[in-house]
Amino acid sequence: MLLPGFGAEKQQLLAKSSVLVIGAGGLGCPVLMYLTAAGVGTIGIVDGDVVEMSNLHRQVLFSESDLGKSKAVVAGEKLQKQNSKVNFRIFNQRILPENAVKIIESFDLVVDGSDNFPTRYLVNDACVLLDKPLVYGSIYRFEGQVAVFNLADDNGMKTNYRDLFPESPDSDQIPNCAEAGVLGILPGLIGSLQANEALKILTGLGNPLINQILTYNMLNNSTYIMDLYPNSKSGILMPKNQEELRVTDYDVQCGIFQIENIPAEELESFLESGMNIRLLDVREEFEMPKMDQSSVISIPLGELKERVGELENDVPILVFCQSGKRSLLAASIISEREPNLKIYNLQGGINQWISFQDQLK
Amino acid sequence: MKILAFGKIAEILQKDEMELSGPEDTLALRKRLEIDFPALQGMDFKIAVNKKIASENFRLNKEAEIALLPPFSGG
Repeated sequence: MLLPGFGAEKQQLLAKSSVLVIGAGGLGCPVLMYLTAAGVGTIGIVDGDVVEMSNLHRQVLFSESDLGKSKAVVAGEKLQKQNSKVNFRIFNQRILPENAVKIIESFDLVVDGSDNFPTRYLVNDACVLLDKPLVYGSIYRFEGQVAVFNLADDNGMKTNYRDLFPESPDSDQIPNCAEAGVLGILPGLIGSLQANEALKILTGLGNPLINQILTYNMLNNSTYIMDLYPNSKSGILMPKNQEELRVTDYDVQCGIFQIENIPAEELESFLESGMNIRLLDVREEFEMPKMDQSSVISIPLGELKERVGELENDVPILVFCQSGKRSLLAASIISEREPNLKIYNLQGGINQWISFQDQLK
Repeated sequence: MKILAFGKIAEILQKDEMELSGPEDTLALRKRLEIDFPALQGMDFKIAVNKKIASENFRLNKEAEIALLPPFSGG
């Protein structure tokens, strides 16, 4: 390769590098093809799915003859033919809290091409705990986002996905590709940008999107780059160590857990119904405003596991927090300990309740 | 101030760019948008001011360029 700034030395750096690609889907396929072509020494492929007909318009590694076969296995076979020198490590499984550390820890860099919030938050958190640079990419209809997380800039500042969105939105709020639909070229473009960021990081070339997030709109070709800063709320739901990561339920964090939700506008009549109920505030001490009710107990989410015994086991509980997400997590912790206890969640949390009060004024 | 909207937010606003005046900080801006576009209530999105993501409340002047960025999960 003859290119100013990219010679044999850089090529050698790539050959010594290892990259883990999460998901061999719309984003993962172009990432894998370009990293293989570029000569990355070791490439890991994690995907537990099989090839389906509806994948073929965007997952360009797969053919009609691959239908029903493991994506990770088929991708590995095809890519090996593309470059015989690459060492492929195939993980024909979904990445989960219990296997994430083991899968990620031996790689230099991770590229996230997954398609759902639970996996994205899991991969983010594992990369933070293992101190691995993460090239993030995601798409929605005609737009994509790319960022480099967990890599320090010249001032030593690092950010991750939780600095952007500390808590996952409910999965029903943002549809995935299968539900929202996407033109196949978009993940091709965004995945190529991710591969480019990975290659730049591994070889020290140019300026990767460190502490930045790029958006791309395929309809008008506009790009927009924003700067990211550490967020004081980023640690609220972040596991503090590998042991905590292993037992974190990301489906619960991302709102896939069933519980009885009380909408803000029904809170008053619910409380006045005469039912004996405890209110549990799982926010941190500093979070305002406080709920003006005598029966409120305050236990921050981080302390709930140790202090769950303080709750009466025969009085129903209404759990609340600022936005209604940590309270869902709290509900799952309580229901694990007290499976028969009736638990309600204040939907949308204090935020929703305040905006309802404002509407009444 | 100029407002740029991305993803689902642009779908709710039915445009990806608009002018707005009034809100003096990002908290007031969010409230104003939620009143004008009730479908934004309970939606997660980030506000960037002059291409800097603002997680805390941030004062706005009328030349500010605002971006409204929702999370994407697709791949």
